[in-house]
Amino acid sequence: MSKLDAKIPEGPLAEKWSKYKATMKLVSPNNRKKLDIIVVGTGIAGAPAAASLAEMGYNVKVFCFQDSARRAHSVAAQGGINASRNNKNDGDSVYRLFYDMIKGGDYRAREANVYRAAEVSSDIIDQLTAQGVPFAREYGGTLANRTFGGVQVSRTNYAQGQTGQQVLLGGYSALKRQIALGKAQMFSRQQMLDVVIVDGKARGIITRNLITGEMERHAAHAVVLATGGYGTIYYLSTLAVQSNGSAAMQAFKKGAFFGNPSFIQIHPTCIPVLNEYQSKLTLMSESLRNDGRIWVPKAEGDKRRPNEIQDEERDYFLERRYPAFGNLVPRDVASRAAKERCDNGYGVGKTGLAVYLDFRDAVKKQGVKVIKGKYGNLFAMYEKITGENPYETPMMIYPAGHYTMGGLWVDYNLMTTIPGLFAIGEANFSEHGANRLGASALMQGAGDGYFIAPYTVSNYLADEITNKVPSTDSPEFVEAENNVKATLDKFLSIKGTQTASSFHKRLGHIMWTYAGMQRNEDGLKKALVEIADLKKEFWSDLIIPGTASEINQELEKATRVADFIDLATLIVTDALNRKESCGAHFREESRSESGEAMRIDDKYSFVAAWEYQGEDKEPKLHKEDLKFENVEVKVRSYK
Amino acid sequence: MKIKLNIWKQANAKAKGKFEKYELDGVDAEMSFIEMLDYLNEKLIKEGKEPVAFEHDCHEAICGCCSLYINGHPHGPGSETATCQVHMRSFKDGATITVEPWRAKSFPVLKDLMVDRNAFDKIMTAGGFVSIDAGQAPDANANLVGKIDADKAFEAAACIGCGACVAACKNSSATLFVAAKVSQLALLPQGKVEAKRRALNMVAKMDELGFGSCTNTGACEAECPKGIGIDFIAKLNREYLCASFSEAE
Repeated sequence: MSKLDAKIPEGPLAEKWSKYKATMKLVSPNNRKKLDIIVVGTGIAGAPAAASLAEMGYNVKVFCFQDSARRAHSVAAQGGINASRNNKNDGDSVYRLFYDMIKGGDYRAREANVYRAAEVSSDIIDQLTAQGVPFAREYGGTLANRTFGGVQVSRTNYAQGQTGQQVLLGGYSALKRQIALGKAQMFSRQQMLDVVIVDGKARGIITRNLITGEMERHAAHAVVLATGGYGTIYYLSTLAVQSNGSAAMQAFKKGAFFGNPSFIQIHPTCIPVLNEYQSKLTLMSESLRNDGRIWVPKAEGDKRRPNEIQDEERDYFLERRYPAFGNLVPRDVASRAAKERCDNGYGVGKTGLAVYLDFRDAVKKQGVKVIKGKYGNLFAMYEKITGENPYETPMMIYPAGHYTMGGLWVDYNLMTTIPGLFAIGEANFSEHGANRLGASALMQGAGDGYFIAPYTVSNYLADEITNKVPSTDSPEFVEAENNVKATLDKFLSIKGTQTASSFHKRLGHIMWTYAGMQRNEDGLKKALVEIADLKKEFWSDLIIPGTASEINQELEKATRVADFIDLATLIVTDALNRKESCGAHFREESRSESGEAMRIDDKYSFVAAWEYQGEDKEPKLHKEDLKFENVEVKVRSYK
Repeated sequence: MKIKLNIWKQANAKAKGKFEKYELDGVDAEMSFIEMLDYLNEKLIKEGKEPVAFEHDCHEAICGCCSLYINGHPHGPGSETATCQVHMRSFKDGATITVEPWRAKSFPVLKDLMVDRNAFDKIMTAGGFVSIDAGQAPDANANLVGKIDADKAFEAAACIGCGACVAACKNSSATLFVAAKVSQLALLPQGKVEAKRRALNMVAKMDELGFGSCTNTGACEAECPKGIGIDFIAKLNREYLCASFSEAE
């Protein structure tokens, strides 16, 4: 139990963070230059954390596997970033944002962390603006805002449909400045392959130089993982194809607990699968639901062109089922509703696995120019991929794997159960409970990076001032490197017949079928067996051309797929254990009479934190009980 | 569909490269160009041959990873498109398609179709930022930004750093890339303070890294996947010229 102390500060919710900050240990500016920090990942959490820590005076080493820090997948976030600024005078507040996130997350997030995320949200917008991020503005020059799902205020700041890119480039530019000043050192095209623990503390990482294939050892006083989510577990997802769960799995296997691994968001508005070789699904921003109306034909199997179907023959099923929120219900609710219609034969398109997202009424009312101003790049992207013009024909969309609410378990300091190992942004489990609300990912990642980790990492480092960074020749580093090398050699020695991608594809299929939008006991048990079989096959029939001492993209893929296979088992184990439905985790056995997800609060109001017990052994469950002292726990209703 | 491919193969930065020919059957018109190459690689690996190394990640034309020179055009056919959004329906059945890496002295080939674009990062390090620490920012509404300026700044900021402009340019110039960042920040009150220093430093770094000069041909604009226009180059020239007269460093 002692390991699972969330370290939530005492005091009233609204004062916890400010009081805690005021009493945290500090490191004097003179001492900061003696302390080294490793940051892995350069997305919306990693780049800001690295830059901010470097600004304070620490020596920061930053790693990414891409050729440039600017390519981290946060770049693809589209719709926006939330902030409780009440810019629209519509009753927004820190508490309201906090409440929306707790409710949106179906009461499975930690109150104190969520409140803090809401509290720093406004500062993020100020910071990004000061960096030159061109947020959308009104003619008068003030910030423009829009609305996202699951809320009734307009608190989302945006830069057309490329908000993630702009927000990421803000962090990237801050990082570039620190590199120019010599405080941060960039290591790109480096794949992290293990975390090194010395005397119980995280003291470094092992990486592979993706150009030369050489192994590298890097030591520091603290390691910050900002390595993103693992939605690519489904193979087809909205994530970049190289996004992965490997760093989290390396940490897990070294003793860091994994929180709520089965909480994976399925995003309702993605372009449906178009061919069997498809390697990725494209997200169409949730912001489109501000103006688009979702429908299917009322008649089963209606194959007419959408524009031939009259209004009275259309079923605007979200508006029908959820009149209060309509098309702007949270993502989990929207995804399941679309699946329900398609499963019952009302789906559209070639495969019947799609629903319409229609802009006819919005274009009629606001004109093409206004709609183009709001969503121009999204419409263009849709047209490029599908060959259809959404100004004239409704878009076809279907849910796809997207964001992982689950991740490494962290305490209030964003530190994992391994001292000195921090996890920030999507890589941790903390703020989104069982379902994330739109435009909250950039908010949480940036909040962690700019305004939370710099304080909490300092608090940790205050006790490390007199400790020297261990030598990279110490036995722990040597052993870690040897283990990694042995694994790579094993991959290369199999010389089988199936590629890493083909295994990933099959794993994705198992996960989507049994651990996707709907889950049940039988299916999940079947998944465990199938994953175990796949694992055996993977380790006996994998083929990788080339060697480890050159650019070898197949080898890179294999390392990720190997981790995905173990992560899949962990996800399914967690999903089996949680016999309730909550947020994105929908257990068929636990639903209300009207078919909505039904939580079982007296049994499952906890964070499931899993501890690794060894290769192929069932992990051990630790429970962090969730206490709700500031919100009333209710049935989540968007009707 | 059946297609013929003519692909640049090069073992590493030092090796001599050459075109390799492949024939590929069973290509689906709905495949993206990248999925077609995945399909080719899957086949090559199973035949015990070397797959083709190339870069791609987001498949949404936003990360800027993909960098293929297809049939003489950076990012292939179609305007305002990155390689990842080119689909096989853009090619005829039986077509021969030539695929090369970006060709520019400042972007050395690493392997096959992969190039080193680190020079772009170096240009950004030379000044592509506003000097502000976390915690120092004033209220975002304290400095009003007119919608027209904000939109124009966004247009420039949409650059994905892919390098198509350099690959398209007969001089391998990075002027559009530099112009986009200099313009974005010069258009906003937050970036104005350092505008002169930024223009001078970024241009100096670009020259130092071996990129060629801009001769206003406009190929960069024509091939830019984000449609960034050469009016930003005019803006850069103006910023640079003004800075040269007034900023002595």
